[in-house]
Amino acid sequence: MTGAIETHPAAAETLTWPPGLTRVPYWAFQRDDIYRHEQQRIFQGNCWSYLCLEVEIEHPGDFRTSFVGDVPVIVTRDADAEIYAFENRCAHRGALICLDEYGGKKRTFSCVYHAWSYDLRGNLIGVAFKDGVKGKGGMPQTFRMAEHSPRKLRTAVVHGLVFGSFSDHGPGIEDYLGEEIMARIERVFARRKPLVIGRFTQVLPNNWKLYMENVKDSYHASILHLFFTTFEINHLSQTGGIIVDASGGHHASYSQIDRAAERDGEYSKQNIRSESAYRLADASLLEGFEEFPDGITLQILTVFPAFVLQQIKNSVAVRQVIPRGTQKTDLNWSIIGFADDSPQQRLVRLKQANLVGPAGFVSMEDGCIGGFVQRGIAGAPYAREVLEMGGALAESSESRVTEAAVRGFWKAYRANMDL
Amino acid sequence: MTNDIFHIIMRAQADYARCIDDGRLESWPDYFDDPCTYKITTAANYRDALEAAIVFANSRGMLIDRVSSLREANIYERHTYRHILGAPSLLDEIEEGVRSETPFLVVRIMRDGEMDIFATGRYLDLYKIRNRDAKLTERIVVCDSSRIDTLLALPL
Repeated sequence: MTGAIETHPAAAETLTWPPGLTRVPYWAFQRDDIYRHEQQRIFQGNCWSYLCLEVEIEHPGDFRTSFVGDVPVIVTRDADAEIYAFENRCAHRGALICLDEYGGKKRTFSCVYHAWSYDLRGNLIGVAFKDGVKGKGGMPQTFRMAEHSPRKLRTAVVHGLVFGSFSDHGPGIEDYLGEEIMARIERVFARRKPLVIGRFTQVLPNNWKLYMENVKDSYHASILHLFFTTFEINHLSQTGGIIVDASGGHHASYSQIDRAAERDGEYSKQNIRSESAYRLADASLLEGFEEFPDGITLQILTVFPAFVLQQIKNSVAVRQVIPRGTQKTDLNWSIIGFADDSPQQRLVRLKQANLVGPAGFVSMEDGCIGGFVQRGIAGAPYAREVLEMGGALAESSESRVTEAAVRGFWKAYRANMDL
Repeated sequence: MTNDIFHIIMRAQADYARCIDDGRLESWPDYFDDPCTYKITTAANYRDALEAAIVFANSRGMLIDRVSSLREANIYERHTYRHILGAPSLLDEIEEGVRSETPFLVVRIMRDGEMDIFATGRYLDLYKIRNRDAKLTERIVVCDSSRIDTLLALPL
């Protein structure tokens, strides 16, 4: 724990993070100073953040605005066909440079405040009235445009996903993700051309880390989400497993339908809510098509700090998690189709999009559960989560009755935060 | 188009909203034909012709499944809606029925009494009218905002 975060002398002792990975103090979800440190050390530190899909900025002159943590950024494709990203903040007086969510055929960005203009790489290339008017006013002779520009990001493309990092010192994207996670991203995109077929934002009433914990928590999936369990999409008794990378921060949990194991009775023994004989009136929702030769029907993948790639049957989506203060998070959903989808396959994706998003049969609970925690811990900053399911380590396992990936998140979090 | 059709559609809209707001969700699919299309999307997706929706159904069975999932499977805090509908604009009368557009405002009331404007937007409808009774062949719910607070459980 560094001195900078210890702003509460009376609580200094309890502010120390408990040893090991099995306890998480609730103040981590509540404190403004922790939030600010996260922005600096994680989002603006050595980590890589998802910015957009490559296909969303397909042509030179295309751009999208996005976020890295709470920092607004512009992602562009310049005339050289390379991808660039820079902070969406005018070097002059700090206004947003670009107000649009997306666009094309762009050659320069011009700030509306004083018309300072930028090229597609974020270089300052014009200052209005730089030489004054009729020899009066203007910028001093010593002013050099090259010394003023918004912060630029390193960018990298991974199987059609554009990532950015504010740091020049961190690992390259392939080292950051590691081979296992790279392969798990590749199997979803499989050299196909993805298309965004729908976007929306789910506003979560909780800290961003509570959402990341939830996504990495394979223990809750078939308990909280009855829809999964009843329809044989994700029983804990199925084959599958969970991969946690060496840093702890990235994970992939996956499953394959195993109808023999489905009848082995693990669930009836547990007397969990999943015994209901619920049947669909229109089962076409679950009638997918063979898309993935490895037979994996579900894969949830996260990249530290705040990115999710999801494949639930034929429903593919990316989720960008954007912190909006200690108790609010934007979850940006992009629903994915592929350019070579047949009309029938596309219809399956539209139907299966019902599984996810703010009204998702298997994901709507994730919209409220973080809020239940945030409200539950209101008076308990020094109490702690218990993360002992599946042991105390953050390692890959064949069982998904584990909180290994949640512990992994905190391992990476503490390493980055120096906590 | 006649005032008669206007009144038939207006009556159907009022009953539809009252059905949801009273919590009689099991009756909600009865306002639709079978097959039918029901979609909840955003103005931005609608403008850009992005087809994936927040809710998508192309049969009355899928609407029934929405309701049974909400009743049997999904976990969410108890809440109700209050729909306030504007008057429908009748846009077109075609062989398949009557196209109309109706603005809505939905206030969400949580169990603790907290109220928010949850959604505003418009219904883009295709009504089939038989024997002075209007059934929805298509309802595209176009929400003005792309942001959904917490979750969308009850239908709009």
